[in-house]
Amino acid sequence: MSLPGWKEMPEGIVILDAGNAQEYETGSWRTFRPVVDKGKCTNCLFCWIYCPDTSVMVKDGKMVDFDYAHCKGCGICSKVCPVKAINMVGEGSL
Amino acid sequence: MKTKNFIALEGNQAVALAMKQIDPDVVAAYPITPQTEIVQVFSEYVANGNVHTEFVTVESEHSALSACIGSSAAGARVMTATSSQGLALMWEMLYIASGARLPIVMTVVNRALSSPINIHCDHSDAMGARDSGWIQLWSETAQEAYDNLIQAIKIAESINLPVMVNMDGFITSHAEEMLEPLEDEDVKKFIGEYKPIRSLLDVEHPFTVGPLALQDSYFEFKRSQAEAYKKVVPAVREAAEGFAKITGRKYDLFETYKLEDAEMGIIVLNSTAGTAKEVVDRLREDGKKVGLLKPRLFRPLPVEDLKKTLSHLKVIGVMDRADTFGGFGGPLFGDTRSVLYDVEHRPIIVDYIYGLGGRDVTMDQIYKVFEDLDFINRTGRVESLISYIGIRE
Repeated sequence: MSLPGWKEMPEGIVILDAGNAQEYETGSWRTFRPVVDKGKCTNCLFCWIYCPDTSVMVKDGKMVDFDYAHCKGCGICSKVCPVKAINMVGEGSL
Repeated sequence: MKTKNFIALEGNQAVALAMKQIDPDVVAAYPITPQTEIVQVFSEYVANGNVHTEFVTVESEHSALSACIGSSAAGARVMTATSSQGLALMWEMLYIASGARLPIVMTVVNRALSSPINIHCDHSDAMGARDSGWIQLWSETAQEAYDNLIQAIKIAESINLPVMVNMDGFITSHAEEMLEPLEDEDVKKFIGEYKPIRSLLDVEHPFTVGPLALQDSYFEFKRSQAEAYKKVVPAVREAAEGFAKITGRKYDLFETYKLEDAEMGIIVLNSTAGTAKEVVDRLREDGKKVGLLKPRLFRPLPVEDLKKTLSHLKVIGVMDRADTFGGFGGPLFGDTRSVLYDVEHRPIIVDYIYGLGGRDVTMDQIYKVFEDLDFINRTGRVESLISYIGIRE
């Protein structure tokens, strides 16, 4: 991604497009990554409700995976999972 | 030109009257001596239905400016007023307002900073904010404070930068003066309707204000902000031109007084300039080549114009009503020396720190400054580069 020079900066330090947080990939911030055991998962979607970065991917009402390009590895999903289906695994060990 | 319609008002009342005529969308303010009367009188206008302003009573100046910032980002025309500790408490918000390019207009009734606690005039409050990105206009009289405030709206909104209008605490804020206000309709016509470039209330065009910008972008944003200050001098002159057309009163970046053929000059802000002009007149009667420069636009510093206007002088005495503790003389002194460093025949520039905490500045003190400048002019000897005047040894 090439960044704009100072002459192209919008006056007043504003972001003029809506929904552009998606372009900013925060996945590299992660130290631990959530890994789901779909064998245990009941698709209660607690992880989806609690995820502060909307990084839990849901399809047809079922939890399918994590969006690792944006997940920062905060571990909230793992904490709130009532059946302990989400483990936090050190990025270095993968 | 209409017939003169003079009325007697205190500086604070004149500012409140200007605010009433401007009729801003939002005023958020907190009372502090000697500014209190502005907000008090204005709140009566609100209570009496003379203005349509949403008046936000807050619990501190930090909140006052925060509310102003939010309202301005929402697209409102916003004003406030403060003094001294109040301005100090606004410090972090000052930078947010200027960085976000919000055209908020604030009166600062100049008062000393604690400690020791003091309610009287000096310029340490506004001088502490001189690098905050706010345009600073300074006013010798109540008339100038009134006129500056109306022009400040025009300046701020034409280039999206906040403006503070300074006047001396008690000396100007509480002294009754004859002044000539504008007609309500003339003020309305002069400032026009405020059309913000963006508004948070415009749901068709959503945007984020005050986002995070880290190592990869912060510097570019600040560089682009620095560029904006090049627009200030033309904006100040344009506002002054329009203002002169309706009032006949002429304003510029600074006022010079008998300076053109002078060898020695004093630079001084606000009300003390009035006293100094009287001294200049009397010394001129004795044939002394003396003059004065009173800055009006102090931030941004009009470097090129100051250079042109001051470089013919042999000796300059800068009078600073603020100190820079551990620095090199007062703030006006440092700026003046910096402005004139590159001119070919650089004047000798000395500093006189005066009037801190409301200490009265007398004509005698200013005579002594000119005597000192005369000595330097004759001998080329500077015995004290930075002096404190009107003080008990």
